[in-house]
Amino acid sequence: MTDRDLLHIPIALLLIRHPYAKDFFTILGLPSTARQVTVEAFFASLDQDHIDNLGLIREELGLRLEAFIAQMEKLKSGKAPTLQSITLCGGRDKDGRLENIRLELRPGDVVSVVGPTGSGKSRLLADVECLAQGDTPSGRHLLIDGQAPDESLWLGGEQRLVAQLSQNMNFVMDVSVREFLTLHADSRLVTDSEAAVAQIFSTAVLLAGEPFTLDTPVTALSGGQSRALMIADVACLSASPIVLIDEIENAGVDRRKALDLLVKQEKIVLLATHDPLLALLGQRRLVIRNGGIADIIATSDVERTLLHKLNSFDRKFSELRDRVRHGQRLNFDLDEFLAECIRPAGHPGED
Amino acid sequence: MKLVTVAGPPSSGKTSVILRLAEELLKDGLSLGVIKFDCLSSEDEHRYAKAAIPVKLGLAGGLCPDHFFVANIEEGVQWGRRSGFDLLICESAGLCNRCSPHIREVLAVCVVDNLSGVHTPAKIGPMLKTADVVVITKGDVVSQAEREVFAFRVKQVNPRAAVMPVNGLTGQGSLMLQRQLRNAPDTQALEGVRLRFSMPAALCSYCLGETRIGPDCQIGNIKTMDFS
Ligand SMILES: Nc1ncnc2c1ncn2[C@@H]1O[C@H](COP(=O)(O)OP(=O)(O)OP(=O)(O)O)[C@@H](O)[C@H]1O
Ligand SMILES: Nc1nc2c(ncn2[C@@H]2O[C@H](COP(=O)(O)OP(=O)(O)O)[C@@H](O)[C@H]2O)c(=O)[nH]1
Ligand SMILES: [Mg+2]
Ligand SMILES: [Mg+2]
Ligand SMILES: [Zn+2]
Ligand SMILES: [Zn+2]
Repeated sequence: MTDRDLLHIPIALLLIRHPYAKDFFTILGLPSTARQVTVEAFFASLDQDHIDNLGLIREELGLRLEAFIAQMEKLKSGKAPTLQSITLCGGRDKDGRLENIRLELRPGDVVSVVGPTGSGKSRLLADVECLAQGDTPSGRHLLIDGQAPDESLWLGGEQRLVAQLSQNMNFVMDVSVREFLTLHADSRLVTDSEAAVAQIFSTAVLLAGEPFTLDTPVTALSGGQSRALMIADVACLSASPIVLIDEIENAGVDRRKALDLLVKQEKIVLLATHDPLLALLGQRRLVIRNGGIADIIATSDVERTLLHKLNSFDRKFSELRDRVRHGQRLNFDLDEFLAECIRPAGHPGED
Repeated sequence: MKLVTVAGPPSSGKTSVILRLAEELLKDGLSLGVIKFDCLSSEDEHRYAKAAIPVKLGLAGGLCPDHFFVANIEEGVQWGRRSGFDLLICESAGLCNRCSPHIREVLAVCVVDNLSGVHTPAKIGPMLKTADVVVITKGDVVSQAEREVFAFRVKQVNPRAAVMPVNGLTGQGSLMLQRQLRNAPDTQALEGVRLRFSMPAALCSYCLGETRIGPDCQIGNIKTMDFS
């Protein structure tokens, strides 16, 4: 169908061919009750005052509708923009010393970013976010699939490369979990939004410690529940192939499961953190010093075993927190309390 | 000289975005100036001056700032040329949602923020609908889903615009906007050039026929009383 034809078909037919075009009429505040007339006749019949008040120009309505449909088709067929890899080419640290690094990341890679406060972790994430081309303070370059990024696709803001999670992010919409997820699914032009909502919800409940319902207002969720919902939503609905996580707190989210979920959805995950337990969840970690990547450390088997043990300490601490929270007094023997963490795994009771 | 009109609801982040952008452009040796159109008073003048950016403030008083803008912009352009700017940015808060300072053949930027809610894009008039570039701020405080829904709603209202998130505090994302500015057309004079959309002879939402009472419906030059 050519663009011209669009104007000469009845509205009813247009809505069958392009169901989402209904939004064009509602969002622009145009009543689309006259469904049997052609689009062109409908535009011609609109009251001039009405069009003026909407900030529209009659002659441009047809062009607007065409652009609207083109944009929606792009979003629909564009599904997830795919990429095989991104490559981070080193720039300079804060003293101008060369970084000398070329780091390739592929879908399913989880890389943590560690370093003291002010060392440049967030800068590194920002470089990825804006697809730095030597034009940020660090002078880093990013390649997509080994090449300089396609200007029109990635740099024009047409496709979003990254989804972001950080602890400053909150829900500000006053809607229930169900409405919230439905809004997001609709904006992604998902055909079966009910199924998508159900899937994300069950995933989120799995990640969160305490359960919540589809009717809970999003603003009433606890910190952990919010984070769990955000992670499940980003993993399942966001089209962006890269997920940047900056300082996500230890707020009752099963972080191991959360990362596994992102990996399963073929995301590239970069995770800036001060928390050793979180840092060790990455397959590699970038050590940032004075604005530059000073080292890349692959998580060793020793560290993975350690992580397992450290997690049991972490659980003990949660237990402690819960006891105090619930008004209990602490009168136990510390060595005994921690004993199961220190004893070698799989040999309970061994002395 | 390149001219850019930056419009958007009050406190959407226009000044912040312009300042972040200016930091980068000044580093590259570009010279730029700002004209700020506002109603009664504006702190923005000092913010620009503090960043060593030449600024002219135009106070509209009882007029809609956008009406005031059209009557003064040609002189403003001549000021910019005399000053030898590479880039002249006009910031205005389109208070009545019905006016828009955007001019044909001049890069038109609209700044809206994620906190204003997903229904806002549909409510903003020609200043959003006719913009070439829509900048969305305050993404740092809302969830990824809300950012995506908001951007989607903007694209529905203005499918032709380039839509880009920019953080007005850190400048994250302003690189994309910079690239747009560098490609903006040149403007020597505006005489005879047309506005993208006509302006009504009105100052506030009630002049425009609003009949409902309540803060959500009061847009424009509104004074509130102190009942405390
Ligand atoms: N390579 C670099 N060259 C120049 N400036 C840099 C470089 N890397 C980082 N910076 C600057 O250093 C400052 C601090 O960096 P950043 O905010 O990224 O630190 P951080 O590691 O995230 O700290 P925190 O742990 O407190 O969040 C920022 O202004 C950043 O732009
Ligand atoms: N969190 C956050 N705050 C912002 C952002 N952009 C602007 N602000 C804040 O929003 C407020 C209004 O910004 P300002 O630039 O004065 O808006 P203007 O009236 O449109 O010029 C200020 O307090 C800014 O610091 C952003 O991206 N994130
Ligand atoms: Mg940081
Ligand atoms: Mg301002
Ligand atoms: Zn006005
Ligand atoms: Zn009035």
